Amino acid sequence: MTATYELTDIRHCYGDRCVVDIPTLDVPKGEILGLVGPSGAGKSTLLRLLDFLETPTQGRIRFAGTEIDGDASLATRRDVTTVFQRPMLLKRSVAANVRVGRKLRGLDTKNGCTEQWLDRLGLTDLADAPARTLSAGEAQRVALARALVIEPSVLLLDEPTGNLDPYNVGLLEEIVRSENSERGTTIVIVTHDVFQARRLADRTGLMVAGRMVELADTEAFFSAPQQPQTAAFLRGDLLL
Amino acid sequence: METLGRSFADAIGLLWGMDSALIETVVLTLQVTLVALAIALVIGIPIGAAIGLARHLPGRWLIVPLIYTGMGLPPVTVGLFTYLLLSNQGPLGSLGWLFTPAGMIVAQTIIALPLVVGLTMAAVQGVDPNLPVQMVSLGATRRQVASVTLLEARVGVTAAVVAAYGAIISEVGAVMLVGGNIEGETRVLTTAIVLETRRGNFALAMALGIILLSLAFLTNFAFHRLQVHQGVR
Repeated sequence: MTATYELTDIRHCYGDRCVVDIPTLDVPKGEILGLVGPSGAGKSTLLRLLDFLETPTQGRIRFAGTEIDGDASLATRRDVTTVFQRPMLLKRSVAANVRVGRKLRGLDTKNGCTEQWLDRLGLTDLADAPARTLSAGEAQRVALARALVIEPSVLLLDEPTGNLDPYNVGLLEEIVRSENSERGTTIVIVTHDVFQARRLADRTGLMVAGRMVELADTEAFFSAPQQPQTAAFLRGDLLL
Repeated sequence: METLGRSFADAIGLLWGMDSALIETVVLTLQVTLVALAIALVIGIPIGAAIGLARHLPGRWLIVPLIYTGMGLPPVTVGLFTYLLLSNQGPLGSLGWLFTPAGMIVAQTIIALPLVVGLTMAAVQGVDPNLPVQMVSLGATRRQVASVTLLEARVGVTAAVVAAYGAIISEVGAVMLVGGNIEGETRVLTTAIVLETRRGNFALAMALGIILLSLAFLTNFAFHRLQVHQGVR
């Protein structure tokens, strides 16, 4: 099966500072990949590269078997979307925010899918509320709904549960699992909650200072880490 | 004070029995102002949005101060520049626009354009830079990003429209030089006020002033209602 992503010799630098340095990384189609690591490890930057929001300073990215040379095409970009750690919502209603991705893509917005996702994420009562009046947790759920409503092939999640209460964390994780199993969506999730990575991910990787220190099947990653830094991170030691 | 009060009372009387020349002046004022405003908006909003979004634009260090300087252009200087541009010896003299409403529209567009560009740019820059990035992630094209960002900055863009409208409807130096204040052809409210004041017709000048203020107020009231509707109170 063709991998969703094949990264080779990827380096991404801002001036002299390289924030991502990954010799190789494959993400098979339909996988849930968890990325953990300390703040500033380059996890979010890696997601931006995977979402084609930035072009790596050097290296190659193949997406679904196609080499991405420079800027990705619109069609490729529209296969992928990110739920950001700090979602920006438009000064419109909650429902309009959920619909925006479908509108941008010229997709039908009256087929009931907006309402379906509003309902599934417990937002139906807020559908007509101005999005800017929402709490951080509600805004996070709106951001998730607006990403899912466009039915992407790849869903990138950057700390998606940072603002959620335990009930909604459970709800999001259930949705992530079902999107993955029912639609075959490839998912990359960046999380500070290592237990969440353990609950969700097929494979988990530890990033430190832009490098992938260890990437392994989730069970092996947690039960028998091969790298001292991974063991230290899982113990809660400070990694620099 | 007595003259002011009497002029005001006379002005109300003149307004009550508005004659055709007065109506013609009001209509021409609105025509020139609104056409110039429309041209400035059509050209200025996309340019302002583009500069606002392109935060790493080459030459930005020079472009932005130039725009800010343009926002404070003295109208009489614009009038002189447009006059020379449209005069028989000027590069656009063959158009025959000097002392016509078309020439006045050119001058007022030049006055309004930097205001529209500068304030639109500032409004777009005020939008959180993460918003365009997140719209791209949702699959937006460049044009869609610009359009969504402009909609988010709509309160500031409306302020740009208000500022440009206010600057050109009340402007006198440029339209006087380029239009020539010809009765029935290029006389607008501001140039008529200057003329009637010089003639000592204070009541008529006051009446014209009241009309000018009313037009400015009604339009700004409409813009304000629009801003309230957009969520700003």
